[in-house]
Amino acid sequence: MAEGLEVSLRISAPVPIAAAFACAPGELVALIGPSGAGKTTILRAIAGLHRPAMGRIACDGETWLDSEAGIRLPPHRRRVGLVFQSYALFPHLTATGNVAAALTHLPAAERRERAGALLALVHLDGLENRRPAELSGGQQQRVALARALARDPHVLLLDEPFSAVDRRTRRRLRGELADLRSTVRAPILLVTHDLDEAAALADRLVVLDKGELLQQGPPAEVLASPASDRVRAALDLDG
Amino acid sequence: MDWTAFALSLKLAGWTAAVLLPAGLILSRLLAFHVRRGKPLFEAAVALPLVLPPSVLGYYLLVAFGGASPLGEWWTRVFGHGLAFSFDGLLLASVLINIPFAVQPMQRAFEALPADIREAAWVSGLAPWRTFWRIELPLAWPGVLSAFVLTFAHTLGEFGVVLMVGGSIPGETRTAALAIYDRVQAFDNGAAGAMSLLLLLMSIAAIVIVHGLSGRMGRRRG
Repeated sequence: MAEGLEVSLRISAPVPIAAAFACAPGELVALIGPSGAGKTTILRAIAGLHRPAMGRIACDGETWLDSEAGIRLPPHRRRVGLVFQSYALFPHLTATGNVAAALTHLPAAERRERAGALLALVHLDGLENRRPAELSGGQQQRVALARALARDPHVLLLDEPFSAVDRRTRRRLRGELADLRSTVRAPILLVTHDLDEAAALADRLVVLDKGELLQQGPPAEVLASPASDRVRAALDLDG
Repeated sequence: MDWTAFALSLKLAGWTAAVLLPAGLILSRLLAFHVRRGKPLFEAAVALPLVLPPSVLGYYLLVAFGGASPLGEWWTRVFGHGLAFSFDGLLLASVLINIPFAVQPMQRAFEALPADIREAAWVSGLAPWRTFWRIELPLAWPGVLSAFVLTFAHTLGEFGVVLMVGGSIPGETRTAALAIYDRVQAFDNGAAGAMSLLLLLMSIAAIVIVHGLSGRMGRRRG
């Protein structure tokens, strides 16, 4: 049985996309490219929030999407953890409530304790009873990460997770994500347009432009020998 | 003071609001989240009772309820009495004319929910039904309660349709609004004044509640 995530997509709207790539357990792959490259749409298709015209998505041997076989699992039946760019926290629930909401696979009595442990993992102990409006941007981002980890996801999807915080917070959160990788065994997909961020965090880059997969490989390799001028432009290597 | 008419008004308003709470939730969610093609057409149909003269609506309902119509005939066969000039017919008419009062506040409340919050619930493992109970309803409840109160209050005051469809049969279809008219016709201004005052106070209470709730919605979004 194939482990990790395998994705092969053909999408016509909102951006025409043709891309195929894989992400092994414990690996962090960065989808990188300018805005309009289709990065977020690919992430949404994996989570089941976007319905691609054609494609196949399998994770840990379980088929989530197979357009030919007519298989299309709804989002709540795919074991994904997704951190939205806007965080999309539930405004009426506390930090604990937000995380516990994603723990429906556990008995109700165990959810609070597990939510507390996850909040401690992202260094939010002491803020469990605050609502999203009472938390800073960086703290909200951590609640979103704890919520995404709550279902024991088979793949962790991060959509520009550091774009809405200031530079200092971004640096700290990046460091924490790097630390977190020792505890997360799932494949991690990071969407970003920031080459420094991708190069610092990722094991492998997948370079996209206008929905087309231009090149993939380890950051050092891609940076040392970009496959084409389009890759150079997509990564803004000339500027 | 015609307490029988008041009790009947409260019964009609309660039933109307009770029927339109689930029906309005379904309709308003469909309009807010699912209907794409022809949405303006559906919204116009929902709003129609707001602009239609009540006597016109009442006339058509009376024709539709009459013993000669398929609906009226079927109703008489199944329930043993006609739909027109009965409480059941009054309730059906009341539900139809109150659709915009129930659907519009709920639809606005659901449309105000950010799309990514519902998506976040799904990817957190919540099935659509659970997402409705745990995320959508707790965030949209001021709009839902507004719809309930507006429907209730509007039913208390409805006159034209109630008169056309129900006649003014004491204890069966004579509501408080009709009883006030009846008392004025009989030069009994004392009773008409007392009943009017009570309806006025109930209307003010409804408006205060609805305004308080819309303030809550605004704060939450802000």
